Amino acid sequence: MIKKVLIANRGEIASRVIRTCKKLGIKTVAVYSEADQHAPYVKIADESYLLGPPRVNESYLKGDKIISIAKAAKVDAIHPGYGFLSEDYEFVRACEAAGLIFIGPSSEIMKQMASKIEARKTMEQAGVPIIPGTKEAVISSDEAIEVAQKIGYPLMLKASAGGGGIGMQIVHSDKELEQAFSSNTKRAEAFFGDGSMFLEKKLTNARHIEVQVLADEHGNVVHLFERECSIQRRNQKVIEEAPSSFISSDVRRSMGESAVKAAKTLGYTSAGTVEFLVDQHGKHYFLEMNTRIQVEHPITEEITGVDIVEEQINIANNLQLAFTQADLRMEGHAIEARIYAEDPKTFFPSPGHITTFDLPEAGYIRHETTVTSNYQVTPFYDPMISKLIVKGANRKEAISRLSDALSKCKIEGIKTNIPMVIDIVNNQEFKNGNTTTAFVDEHYLPMLAKN
Amino acid sequence: MKEVKANMAGNVWKITVSEGDKVDEDQDVVILESMKMEIPIASEYEGSVKELKVAEGDFVNEGDPLLVIDE
Repeated sequence: MIKKVLIANRGEIASRVIRTCKKLGIKTVAVYSEADQHAPYVKIADESYLLGPPRVNESYLKGDKIISIAKAAKVDAIHPGYGFLSEDYEFVRACEAAGLIFIGPSSEIMKQMASKIEARKTMEQAGVPIIPGTKEAVISSDEAIEVAQKIGYPLMLKASAGGGGIGMQIVHSDKELEQAFSSNTKRAEAFFGDGSMFLEKKLTNARHIEVQVLADEHGNVVHLFERECSIQRRNQKVIEEAPSSFISSDVRRSMGESAVKAAKTLGYTSAGTVEFLVDQHGKHYFLEMNTRIQVEHPITEEITGVDIVEEQINIANNLQLAFTQADLRMEGHAIEARIYAEDPKTFFPSPGHITTFDLPEAGYIRHETTVTSNYQVTPFYDPMISKLIVKGANRKEAISRLSDALSKCKIEGIKTNIPMVIDIVNNQEFKNGNTTTAFVDEHYLPMLAKN
Repeated sequence: MKEVKANMAGNVWKITVSEGDKVDEDQDVVILESMKMEIPIASEYEGSVKELKVAEGDFVNEGDPLLVIDE
C-alpha cells in the first residue's frame, strides 16, 4: 500500500493532492522551484525539496531529478498532477524502472493517446465517433489544401502532439491554411518536438463536453458523467460546469457509453477524461483523451461525491473500484471559474505582486488556490492562480451563487479575469445555457466593444 | 535614439529583427513568452535597429530595454 507520495507538480493541484493524502494518512513530499519557495503547497507538505531555478526545464520538467528526490525521500509513488510531466510516457517509464508507482495510466496507453492522430485511429476502431478529417499526418501545405478541398472549410488545423490550445488554428481558405500550416508546424516542433499536423472539420455551434472515467486494474470501468467546458478564451477553458444543461439524458447515456468503451478498448487504468465535441443536434465526436487528472475535476466531485484523487490512489494500490455505474448519481449543479492573472480585455498575462487576496467563504463555495496575500506571481508558469467552485441545487442557483461569490473576491496588485467571468455569468445567453465554444467571441468581446 | 522596452516580465522567445534592419512603427520586433503565452512587442518608432540589448532565451523584467532604434 502507498504510504508516501511525491507530488511532481506545483500550485493548487499540489495542494489538492496533498489534502487527499492527508485524509488517507499518506505522507507527502513537495518539490519546488526557486520561484515557488513560499508557495502554500510547499508549507503543507510533510517534506519539501528544491528542484532548481524557476524555468520549467530546470525545475518541474526535470524528471531525473524528481525521481532521485523520490528515491532519497523513500516515497512509494509519484502523483503527477496535470501539465508538466503528467502525460510524458518516458517519465512514466523512468518511474517504473526506478521501482516507483506512477499514479496514472501505463506508459503505453499514454504514448498512444499523446499522438492525436493515433488516438483518432484507435477510437474509430473502437466504434467511438470521430470528427471527419485526415487519418494520417498531412506532410505539406499542398497536401493539406488538397484534403481541405475534399472536407470543406472551415477546418481545424491541429498539431498531433499539441495541447493547451497550442499548435491549433481554425482556417477558412486555402491561403489561410497555407500560412497556418507552416507557422503551426514550426510552433509544434518548438513546443512539442513533433510538427505533425492533421485536419478536422470545424464543427459550428459545437460544445466542448467531456466525460470523466475511472478504470481499475481489474477491468472495471465507470464514468462520472460529464463536464461542459465550452466557455474558453485562446482555446483554454475559463468556466466549466457539471452537468451540462444542453444534453438530454439519452445523449448523456450514449456519451458515457462511448467514454467507457474508449477506456475499455484501450485497457485504460486510473482516472481519465474523454473529451468530445457535441454538435447542435446532440451528436458527439471524440476529440482527445486526457490521461491525467483535469483542472476542472472538482465540479465532478461536487455532483457525485467521489474524491477523484482518492480513487486514483486506490487504483494505484491495485484495489477494485468500490462502486459500480449503477451506484453513481448526480446531485445538484456545480460550476468552476478559473481565476487567471491576466487582463480581462486583452487576455494578456499580468504577473506581479498580489497585495490582497481575500476570497468569500460559504458551505457551497470551494477554493483551490495557488497563491496568498502578499505573494509574487511570476511569469514562469500558467496564469491560473485560483479556482472558485460553487454548488447549487440547480443551475440557476449555482449561477447566482457564483456571481455573488465572484463579486466578493478581492484580489489586488495584479489584474485578473474576474471582471470577465462576472460579465459572462451575468449574461442572459449564459443564463439561458447558450454556451458554445464561440461564446467569448460572440457574446463577451462584443459586450466589451459596446461599453 | 529610442529604446523598445518590455511591457511585462518574461522570457525572450524570439527576436524577429537583426542589427541594421529597418523597422516600421508598430512592427513586431521581439516576441516575449510570459505565463505560457507569446506576447509580440512592437516598435513604437520607425528607424533602424542600432543595437539588440537582449538575446533569445534571456529573462527580462517589465521596463527592461530590448533594443535600440536609431530614428
